[in-house]
Amino acid sequence: MTELARSRSAAPAGGPAPSPTTQGRPQEDASLWMDTWRSLRKNPWFLVSAVLLLVLITVALFPQLFATHDPRECFLGRSRQEPSAEHWFGTDIQGCDYYTRVIYGAANSMAVGVIVTGSILVLGSLLGLMAAYFGGWVDAVLMRLTDLIFAIPYMLGALVFLAVQENRNVWDVAFILIVFTWPTMARLMRGSVLAVINNDYVTAARALGAGPLTIMRRHIIPNSLGPVVGYAAVYTGVIIGAEATLTFLGVGLQLPAISWGLQLNDAQSYLQQMPHLLTFPLIFVALTVFAFTTMGEALRDALDPKSKKR
Amino acid sequence: MTGYIIRRLLQFVPVLIAATLIVYAMVFLMPGDPIRALSGDRPMSDAVQAQLRDQYNLDDPFLVQYGKYMWGVITQGDFGTTFQGRPVLDIIQQGLPVTLTLAAVAFGFQAIIGAIAGILAAVYKDSFIDRFVQVSLVIAVALPTLAIAFLLQLTFGLNLGWFPIAGIRDGFVSYILPGIVLAAVSTGIVARMLRSELIEALQSDYVRTATAKGMKRSRVVTRHGLRNSLIPVVTFLGADLATMMGGAIVVESVFNMPGLGGQVFRSIQAQENTIVVGIVTLFVLFYVVVNLLVDLLYAALDPRIRYD
Repeated sequence: MTELARSRSAAPAGGPAPSPTTQGRPQEDASLWMDTWRSLRKNPWFLVSAVLLLVLITVALFPQLFATHDPRECFLGRSRQEPSAEHWFGTDIQGCDYYTRVIYGAANSMAVGVIVTGSILVLGSLLGLMAAYFGGWVDAVLMRLTDLIFAIPYMLGALVFLAVQENRNVWDVAFILIVFTWPTMARLMRGSVLAVINNDYVTAARALGAGPLTIMRRHIIPNSLGPVVGYAAVYTGVIIGAEATLTFLGVGLQLPAISWGLQLNDAQSYLQQMPHLLTFPLIFVALTVFAFTTMGEALRDALDPKSKKR
Repeated sequence: MTGYIIRRLLQFVPVLIAATLIVYAMVFLMPGDPIRALSGDRPMSDAVQAQLRDQYNLDDPFLVQYGKYMWGVITQGDFGTTFQGRPVLDIIQQGLPVTLTLAAVAFGFQAIIGAIAGILAAVYKDSFIDRFVQVSLVIAVALPTLAIAFLLQLTFGLNLGWFPIAGIRDGFVSYILPGIVLAAVSTGIVARMLRSELIEALQSDYVRTATAKGMKRSRVVTRHGLRNSLIPVVTFLGADLATMMGGAIVVESVFNMPGLGGQVFRSIQAQENTIVVGIVTLFVLFYVVVNLLVDLLYAALDPRIRYD
C-alpha cells in the first residue's frame, strides 16, 4: 500500500512526464495523489501501521527468515514449556516451538484477508458501479439482493455453511466470507458513484458522445474509488479477525494447517494454567487487524475529500 | 408518512421471505438423515420412521416444508420441535433473556461511554483529553472482538479476579465483561461520530448566536450543539442494535453463556436443524424490524427528512 501510494504520487511530481494512470489529465491526478500522499505523511497512525504492515507481510511471505525451528518438528517430551531462551514463546501441547508456529500462522491469515478483500473490491465495485450507473431495475435487483444478505448476520451464515463441509481450506473459508461481505463494498461504491455521476464533467463527456464504458473508466471510477479503497483496507482487518474467529470456533481452517485461530482454540482449554499460549497468537492477530484497520482509516481520511474538512 | 411505512413494509416482506428461505435451505440441505441419526444403533421400525417423517414433514418437497414451517411461525408462533420432541420455542424462551440482557448491557455501555467520550473530546478539542480519547478509539475500533474478549478475560478475569470469565451464575456482574466486549468497536464509532458532528455544530451560526446572547457554555453545548449532532448517532445506535445478534454468537461462545448466540452455535455443530432455523429466523426478524424502526425514528428526529 505504501509503495503504491509512493510510486503513484512520485511519478507526476518529477515533471510533466505522464505515467499510465495519469495520461490525459496529468495535472489533476498529480495534485489528487500528491495531496493524498502529503496528508498521509503527516498522519502518525499511517506511519505506524505502514511499518507494522511491512513487517507482517514479510513474515507472512518469508516465515523461514524469522523462524528459529521447523514448525512441524515437535517432541511430546517438551510439551507446554514456559517461554525460555531456546523457545522464545515456549512450546505448545504437542511440544512444537511456539514462536515458530505463530510466525508460520501469519501466511494463512494474510491469504484469507487478501483473497477476500481483493475479490469483494473487484466484485463489489463493479456491481455498485452498475447499480448506480444504470439505475432502474438493475439498481433495484442488486440493492434488494444486498438487503437480503445483510439480513443474515455474516458470522451466522459463515458458521452454517462452513459447518456443513467436511474438509475446509483457505479457499473455502475465503469463498464463504466473500459471499457474505460483498454487499458492503457494493453499497459503498454505489453511494460513491451517485455522488459524482451528476457532476458537470460527466454530463460534458456524455454530451461529447462518450459511451458508458469510456465515461465509467475515465471519469467515474477514478473519482469514486477513493473511499472504497480506504474501506477495503479496513475490511482486510475485519476479515482477518473473522477468519481467526471462525477457526477458533472450529468451523474455519483445520489441522494440520498452522493458523492463529487454531492456536487460540487449543490454548483456550489451558487458559488458567498456560495463559502465554493464548497471549502470543492473540498479540499477532490483534497487531495484524490493527495495522490494516488503521492503515485503511488513514487512507480513507486522505482519499475522501469530504472527511478532510473536519 | 403512512405511505412510507407501508412502502417499507412491502419492501421488507420479500427480503424476509428470501432470507429465511436461504437459511432454511442451507440448514435442511445439510447431508445426513436426521431420523436415522435419531434412532442411533437400535433399529427403528418402518412404521415409526414413517410417522416421524410425517410429523416433521420430511417427505414433502422442500418448498412445501418451508411454507408449512413459516406458516406455523407466523400464525401461532410455533417454531417447531427438536428431534428430541422439545418445542424450539421453549429453548428460545430460555436463551432469549440472556441474549437480551447482554445486548442491553452492551447497548447501554456504547451509548453512555461513547457519548461521554465524544462530548468530552469535542468540547475540549485538541486538549489532552481529546488526544487520549482519540488514541483509545483508534485502538478500540481496530482490535478484533475476539482479541478484546481474551484480553479482558485475561486481565480483569484471571489476573485481577474482578469479574467472572464464564457462565452467568453471578447474575448481572457476569454480563459486564461480555457486554463491554460486544460494545467495544461500536463505542469507538459512536464517540468518533459524535465528536466530529459536535465540533461541526459548535462552529455553526446558531451556536455563536446563543453564546453571544450570554448563554452558559454547558447550556449551549447540551441544548444547541448536541441536539443536532445526536441524530446520526441515534440512527447508528439503532442500526448497530440490529447487528448485535451476530456478535452475540462469538461473545456468548467465548464467555460460555447460555444465550441464543451460544445455543445456535452449539446447535449448528450438533446438526440440530430445527433449533438453528428457529433461532436464525428470529434473528432475521429482529434485524428487519429494528431496521424499519430506525428508519422511522430517523424521520421523526430530523424534520428535514420527509418520506412522502
